[in-house]
Amino acid sequence: MHTEARSARRSNQIGRLFIYGSLIALAAFYLMPLWVMIVTSLKSLDEIYGGSFIGVPQAITFEAWNKAWQEACIGTACTGLRPYFINSILMVVPAVILSTGIGAINGYILTKWRFTGANAIFGLLLFGCFLPFQAVILPMAQVLGRLHLSGTIPGLVLVHTVYGISFTTLFFRNYFITIPDELTRAAQIDGAGFFRIFFSVMLPTALPIIVVSCIWQFTQIWNDFLFGVSFTAGQSSPITVALNNIVNVTMGRKQYNVDMAAAMIAAIPTLFVYVVAGRYFVRGLTAGAVKG
Amino acid sequence: MSTLEIDQARKLYGDLEVLKGVSISIGTGDFLVLLGPSGCGKSTLLNMIAGLESISGGEIRIAGKVVNDLSPKDRDIAMVFQSYALYPTMTVRQNIEFGMKIRGVSQAERDKAVKTAADLLQMTHLLDRKPSQLSGGQRQRVAMGRAIVRQPKLFLFDEPLSNLDAKLRVDMRTEIKRLHARLGTTIVYVTHDQIEAMTLATRVAVMKDGVVQHLDDPQSVYDRPANVYVARFVGSPSMNIIPARLDVEDGRPIAVIDIPGGAAARLSGIPLSSQAATKYAGHNILVGIRPELFSVAGAQATQTVTVNIDVVEPTGPDTLALFQAGGVEVTARVPPRAVAARASATLAVDTGKIVMFDADNEQRID
Repeated sequence: MHTEARSARRSNQIGRLFIYGSLIALAAFYLMPLWVMIVTSLKSLDEIYGGSFIGVPQAITFEAWNKAWQEACIGTACTGLRPYFINSILMVVPAVILSTGIGAINGYILTKWRFTGANAIFGLLLFGCFLPFQAVILPMAQVLGRLHLSGTIPGLVLVHTVYGISFTTLFFRNYFITIPDELTRAAQIDGAGFFRIFFSVMLPTALPIIVVSCIWQFTQIWNDFLFGVSFTAGQSSPITVALNNIVNVTMGRKQYNVDMAAAMIAAIPTLFVYVVAGRYFVRGLTAGAVKG
Repeated sequence: MSTLEIDQARKLYGDLEVLKGVSISIGTGDFLVLLGPSGCGKSTLLNMIAGLESISGGEIRIAGKVVNDLSPKDRDIAMVFQSYALYPTMTVRQNIEFGMKIRGVSQAERDKAVKTAADLLQMTHLLDRKPSQLSGGQRQRVAMGRAIVRQPKLFLFDEPLSNLDAKLRVDMRTEIKRLHARLGTTIVYVTHDQIEAMTLATRVAVMKDGVVQHLDDPQSVYDRPANVYVARFVGSPSMNIIPARLDVEDGRPIAVIDIPGGAAARLSGIPLSSQAATKYAGHNILVGIRPELFSVAGAQATQTVTVNIDVVEPTGPDTLALFQAGGVEVTARVPPRAVAARASATLAVDTGKIVMFDADNEQRID
């Protein structure tokens, strides 16, 4: 009896050991690229060419980060990533706010102010989710040309807002459909109008899905390369395009440490957003599925 | 003055007519219950009164004013919903204040109104909580508070108790009744629960398929239902509808009910006019007998049936005895232990209160 319990506990421990062991091994495997990026960015170029790739840097130096941020040459201008980082911010902030805002209103109308053909319009909007980027490049370029927005940041804001509406509408529509219609009716009887109901009743309940929409849009827009490279040039490029130019255009020895630092700089905002708002993300994604 | 007049109200969804010309009129302080099964159009009618659904035809007047084209907020109504519909991100106080805020009522007046409503509903201690921190009964109370502060001409209740458990439902029912007595406002109340209708209403409109079957005070609806449908819907256990034949003997109508394995029961003293008796003499009719009209026959009883009891179901205060008569199963409500199963029993019938229906169109015969 006593020994049985002990052996059961032992086999349990072995099981735990196995689970943790394999999880740690897998996590290490997936973290490997990040590790290589970090250590490489902290090494001097000589050390890298001396043969150390995965190992810990002998002398930690932030020179590569400094260079990537403000000295690296992109094309002919040696300004580092800084102006392009600012470009991306100027693009991503309005685009996220606009696409999330419009998605929220769309979702609200499609669920609480049903009109004939609402479902058809929603279906058409959903097409946008499945439309590949490449398919819209040419027509989009024409539209931007007519609007005199070619090659500008506001042009990119427009492109990303339009492209994002499909996704944000889907998010908000699926969220608002779980909110009982009686709530809107009660507000109507209380005397609230269309926007009053939206801002006072619907939006406050939608916090989780607002977070989801913002994270999703932020990641998509910040990481976008194709629209950036297609619709902008030179000084108005977003950071992803500038990063590509740093990495792919080199004179002399390839500066791995600067490339890695630049890639890290370009990735930091999305990482930051996930870490800060990640728990809302999961909660918001499941909120539509499970009522309550 | 807060009367409600519904005049030939119709509602169409495409070709589907869900309300077929409903006319109801109630006076100030009346408590109208719209009673019917789901899909009978009662909630649609309520939403039309509220202005949440458009009116396809006819007219609705609140306090004498036609409201067909008025938006909900201009109709001077307040509504309590089945799901309570409290604003989830607002506290109880904010929930109650919301409508007043929109109408631009001053802070001082709002505070006063909230306090009055909270005192009335005994929920002062709940004012700073969120709806998610309240129980079902408390949420219901908040929803009523929100309606009360509006001081409307008309209160609308849409199945307000059906999300509560049985015990709480009875308590809240009493509370609503007390509230009505205290405030004296006109109320329209939708339910599928006939007990709620009986206990609360001053007027009941029994509805089926978009048509009002019977509109009267609850006791009249119970005692003299307009047709077989109403008879079956109101009352629990429901009224026995027994096929019978009408005989006329010396000018007096007699309902003859076949009893399997025994002599037919011949019930006289039934409330039927001589014209109706003449018209239906020798015809098949339906006889409606409430279970409590049966009793164990004493020595003096003249109107009796002798039957074989199949099953007895004790409910506590009394016992339901089931037997066959006229080809259907009949339920009698008798005192506990008065009869035994699988035995013969002689039951007296209070024939003065039975109701007769036409066998074909199932309408009441007077």
